Amino acid sequence: MIVRIATEGQFHLPDEDAARLNELDNQTVEAVEAGDEDRFAQLFEEMLELVRRDGTALGDDELEESDVILPPPDTTLEEAAHDFTGEGLIPD
Amino acid sequence: MAGMGGRMSVVIKSKINKLLDKAEDPSETIEYSYQKQMELLQNVKKGIADVVTSKKRLQMQQSKLQQQVVKLDTQARQALSQNREDLARTALERKQFAQTELQSLDQQVAELETQQAQLIDKEQKLRSKLEQFRTKKEVIKAQYSAAEAQVKISEAATGVGEEMADVGLAMQRAQDKTENMRARAGAMEELEAAGAFDDSLALGSGGDDIDRQLHELTSQSAVDDDLAKMKAELGQGSGPAPGELEPGAPESAPSEERPA
Repeated sequence: MIVRIATEGQFHLPDEDAARLNELDNQTVEAVEAGDEDRFAQLFEEMLELVRRDGTALGDDELEESDVILPPPDTTLEEAAHDFTGEGLIPD
Repeated sequence: MAGMGGRMSVVIKSKINKLLDKAEDPSETIEYSYQKQMELLQNVKKGIADVVTSKKRLQMQQSKLQQQVVKLDTQARQALSQNREDLARTALERKQFAQTELQSLDQQVAELETQQAQLIDKEQKLRSKLEQFRTKKEVIKAQYSAAEAQVKISEAATGVGEEMADVGLAMQRAQDKTENMRARAGAMEELEAAGAFDDSLALGSGGDDIDRQLHELTSQSAVDDDLAKMKAELGQGSGPAPGELEPGAPESAPSEERPA
């Protein structure tokens, strides 16, 4: 699985991590909806750490589309609230 | 909400995809938008230059504030040695305020440094990926049938397109940040011009508007601590004053009228 951390880079991540990543993703969105800044920061950081720790960075010669893209590491709760809840949700 | 499945990453992916040019054949976009690629790389370079400019401006403010802190500290000592605790307090309040501003500036400069390094890194990565794409395309064309080659080139092009979109996003964020900082830096310069960090601690300027604001802004307890420390150093603690001034104290220091 290829994961991009937006504005940072792409990583090969073992498929076993997909479920955990998904779980963290959903919990993060819940924290955003609850407006819980500390929990958001903690969960989001955990997500980024998972990718950085378990993942290996893609080389410059690997021209691959990402399966998953995470928001930029410096995303604030305010931005996340705008993007991931209510009106900010981009319909697919 | 159960069943939504990785909502955040889904949303951010559509956001990135929105930044990508939607073309029937992504390889065409990459191939024929050479001008666009150069524009993007040029923009990143400009973005880096902007970040550096903002950083320099903040660093200038930093050194000005550092000078102010030293100056205000000296002024507080002078005022105290002349038994003008009111003036010493005002100077220390200003010093506290300047120190708080300094801390925030340190943080902003560090942030800009990270941003600068990140943009330089992204620019290089994008250049390298574009180069790789050109090479790879020729290899694929030579190795596969036309139909297969088209699919493979499209895939590679999508990867490069995503990288371009990501660089665009990084740029956008860097610009937003530097704009914010510029606005704050501008506000600080205005404050400075208004006299908040005025050089001279003019005698008798006790109760103007700025001082009132400073009273609100600064931490009184920190000022009290500073004041107590300074008094102790100057031998003006709550205990009996030794009536002796530090060497180098201003000649104009009032003679101590205490009984010997």
